[in-house]
Amino acid sequence: MTARLTRDDVAKVALLGRLKLSADELERMTSQLARVLEYVDILNEVDTEPVEPLAHPVELANVFRDDVEQACLQREDALANAPKTDGRFFVVPAILDGNN
Amino acid sequence: MTYTTIYSTVVGLEVHVQLLTRTKLFCGCVNRFNPTQPNVQTCPVCLGLPGSLPVMNRHAFELALKTGLALNCKIPKLTKWDRKQYYYPDLPKGYQISQYDLPFSSEGWLDIVIEGQASRTRRIGIIRAHLEEDAGKNFHDESGRGGESLVDLNRAGTPLLEIVTKPDINTPAEAHAFLDELKLLLTYLEVSDCNMQEGSLRCDANVNLHIAVNSGTVATPIVEIKNLNSFRGVEQAIEYESRRQFDVWKETGKKLGEVSKETRGWDAERGVTFGQRGKEEASDYRYFPDPDLVPVTIEDSWREQIRAGLIEFPAAKRQRFETAHHLSHYDASVIVAQGRSFADYFERVVAACGDAKQAANWLTQDVLREMKERQLAIETFPISADVLGALLQRIVARKVTVNSGRIVFAALMERSTGSQPAGVEAVDAIIGEKGLAITSGADELAPIIDAVLAANAKIVADVKGGKQQAIGALIGQVMKQTKGADPQVVREILQNRIAAL
Amino acid sequence: MSILEATASQLLDAIASGTSSAVEVTTAFLNQIERHDSTIGAFLHVDRVGALKQAAFVDEKRRTGKPLGKLAGLPIAIKDVVCTRELPTTCGSRILEKFLPPYDAEIIRRLRDADAVILGKTNMDEFAMGSSTENSAFQVTRNPWDPSRTPGGSSGGSAAAVAAGMAPLAIGSDTGGSIRQPAAFCGVVGMKPTYGRVSRYGLVAFASSLDQLGPFASDVAGAASLLEVMAGHDPRDSTSVDRPVPEYSRTLEQPLSGLRIGLAGEHFAEGLDPEVASAVRAAADVYRSLGATIVDVTLPHSKYGVAAYYLIAPSEAASNLARYDGVHYGHRAAKFDGLIDMYATSRGEGFGPEVKRRIMLGNYALSAGYYDAYYLKALKVRRLIRNDFDRAFEACDVLLSPVTPTPAFKVGELVDDPLAMYLSDIYTLGANLAGLPGISLPGGFSKSGLPIGIQLLGPPFAEETLLRAARMFERETPWHTKRPTLQVAS
Repeated sequence: MTARLTRDDVAKVALLGRLKLSADELERMTSQLARVLEYVDILNEVDTEPVEPLAHPVELANVFRDDVEQACLQREDALANAPKTDGRFFVVPAILDGNN
Repeated sequence: MTYTTIYSTVVGLEVHVQLLTRTKLFCGCVNRFNPTQPNVQTCPVCLGLPGSLPVMNRHAFELALKTGLALNCKIPKLTKWDRKQYYYPDLPKGYQISQYDLPFSSEGWLDIVIEGQASRTRRIGIIRAHLEEDAGKNFHDESGRGGESLVDLNRAGTPLLEIVTKPDINTPAEAHAFLDELKLLLTYLEVSDCNMQEGSLRCDANVNLHIAVNSGTVATPIVEIKNLNSFRGVEQAIEYESRRQFDVWKETGKKLGEVSKETRGWDAERGVTFGQRGKEEASDYRYFPDPDLVPVTIEDSWREQIRAGLIEFPAAKRQRFETAHHLSHYDASVIVAQGRSFADYFERVVAACGDAKQAANWLTQDVLREMKERQLAIETFPISADVLGALLQRIVARKVTVNSGRIVFAALMERSTGSQPAGVEAVDAIIGEKGLAITSGADELAPIIDAVLAANAKIVADVKGGKQQAIGALIGQVMKQTKGADPQVVREILQNRIAAL
Repeated sequence: MSILEATASQLLDAIASGTSSAVEVTTAFLNQIERHDSTIGAFLHVDRVGALKQAAFVDEKRRTGKPLGKLAGLPIAIKDVVCTRELPTTCGSRILEKFLPPYDAEIIRRLRDADAVILGKTNMDEFAMGSSTENSAFQVTRNPWDPSRTPGGSSGGSAAAVAAGMAPLAIGSDTGGSIRQPAAFCGVVGMKPTYGRVSRYGLVAFASSLDQLGPFASDVAGAASLLEVMAGHDPRDSTSVDRPVPEYSRTLEQPLSGLRIGLAGEHFAEGLDPEVASAVRAAADVYRSLGATIVDVTLPHSKYGVAAYYLIAPSEAASNLARYDGVHYGHRAAKFDGLIDMYATSRGEGFGPEVKRRIMLGNYALSAGYYDAYYLKALKVRRLIRNDFDRAFEACDVLLSPVTPTPAFKVGELVDDPLAMYLSDIYTLGANLAGLPGISLPGGFSKSGLPIGIQLLGPPFAEETLLRAARMFERETPWHTKRPTLQVAS
């Protein structure tokens, strides 16, 4: 099942992860990822047909909290690390495709 | 030539409702609609700060279970949380915590009634309902710079129920009826206040057509309509979209599966759906189980405990009002549609006066009218159910006429707008003050009747001679002098007296 | 008593008894940092003012007879992956270079409650991804035993700080070995608790189902004292286990009779440096001499650990790092064209190559069409690896193994070969996949004078057993008493 990883694949995945890669990076990334993916193919040796996945090492369930109010952050603290604000909102480049 | 009979419209609705919890889904920030002060209801968790972790709100989950049971869904033994990943400025973590393949409920239904000359009922299937967190809100900067948007995260993390129907809805009216009944049900359950204007209910519609052609049926591509902002808007949008899709099909012949699903927005002002700029690429949400949360196991005992605590659903209440109280379908619907408090008020009035029909009339006419004119809710209505019940009891017992009752009602409204609502004793007090008690005792009436008979010999003769209607004038004179005798009783006594003459 | 040579326990006693003041102790470590950190590069941020203030506060408490917290006056270095309200928290990344959290992590709250003194934040591989601390965006940390070599990673700064006598205790995080491996490279004690033992609230997430915070110390007792304060249920972490915390320091000196030590054949495969192998076998001999039984166990799926880990961890990381988008916090690019370009450029500029690699790998493994074959497959193998351990622990009480295939490698040696770097985690990441506790302790030295660590692994919540077993070995050996000779900065 080794998918031959092409530069196109890598470019698509870069967009999925919102990562801008230079041409060099894209080149290097393609060969490095290909090597890793080739390596992880080793997992196909293992018969996992009857096996349940282990997503959590500790098998807890039903962890809840009560519907009780906690103090919110002051607005200044919420905005303190924002790259751009107008003092009330976070400011970002215009969102163009459709609305919420 | 009209084509209306050769295609049917197929609609599935996707409804998001915000839950009436005190706090958000995964953190203790207050869950309150706050459009005027941005970014004051946040914390490290709903801001998605590095190192923050979510913890599930138990009450939100219980409201979700209530809803699943009320929608007749199957509740699984195990449900879990998944991350739905995409980038948007109102989604601070870069993913939404939602449910993917193991939602907490599925395969249910909601019965709706479409009113009309011939009312009909439909069963609308529910594919699933699941819990997820809401995103924040984006605003486009109106200041004229144009190149920027503003983000408010107050709403981020609010608990949402996403309810997806089967494509069982076939007309705009059915869609409206579905939303009405869903809203009624969820407000009765106190799950959500389903207020589209405040955004606590949002709805997208998936619409396509099944067109009859010689060889069978052709389905048009599905269009998702967004930006619907009222139930009426949903109706109008479906209406418009049906016609539009038919026109497009006549022109292009494109079928379901030949083009990808289109998203269109509803422009309420112009009454049209419009194409939206395509998303950058078809989203690959890369769902996977959220490793920061653990699954929920729903034991039978928990599920049944919630089921046992469910209040009577609106549909059941309507049914009961029709069979047990013998209300008309219309009256039952009107009363139930006003909400649980109103229906409870109605039943307390019935208990006090013993006449459901009487109570229904007063509630649907007088009380509702006052509520609308004075902008009152039933919870703060100046006349309590006990007081109104007492008044109606006097009417039923023929102590006052219905018209006199209205005078008492108006007086009670006046007296109760002070700081103290009028009590039951005020009913009799007002009746006494205004002399509204029906004089129906034969002894009380006798002298008045004697006097009227004596003063109207000609009319008496007419009546004796066969002109029955003439007795009306005599009744009128007696009534004028008694200020509230029972006209039936007066007529009887007059007839007997005249017959005996 | 030389403050810098003292163990954490000795310092605690000295401060509690008034023999040394907390200010004296903190000053000594701050001076050590001043003297040597320009060569070692363990710290990203030293909070001189804050630390002395906290120390003075402890002294005042003691003077006025108020009860002192369990770690009163002890200076502690914190890996920069933990949110600290007053201090920068960069995770070794440009993307958080200016980030100041508005809140403290749960363990920081516990440390403050225990009257510990927070010295500052230590260097690390960016977002905890790496095994050498070379992936830090800011500086290289050097191994105090040999400055041409790495201290290991990703908690290299914390390990080096303890090894170089710049802090008696430190905190690191371990996702695939990031506490135990640097502990081994730097000749100190490092422990990863059972998953869920210590709260992750405020720990900047790398791989949520694998991450755990844990202690570094120069001896087992120090690690035990620090773990005792860190461990415990936190209602703000849904994966935190509600289970009482034993008093690890109280039972520490009690040896375990009838101890069964497991050795897995798979842990002595090719690629294992012969000096490391003999250090582990020598440790087995020590245990034998103490009356323990050595049992052969097998972990048949251990060879798949690296592959499973390097699918699961990057997948969770890709998701956890999606939030660094330049919108609400963190680096935003100065030049971009539209919203999507802002995301891509900010992240492209802010993340280093290893982080980008893992985000790419993770998104690939989770993407439509590949999820079953990669991520889901890895989760299934994970269960098999866990089953192996469960079975092994029926036959033994603790597993003894190497920590790393080799002693510390040179700076620059593996940086261009990511896969080789990944393969070096082979002995440590099994415990993360299975959620088990593990401790790395000084087990000897190579001929060239580099520390060699040995590892003890245990079943879930067996920290007490691990610590007591570790102490048994420590009592019989001199390795933990050795200190590197530091070159004085010119």
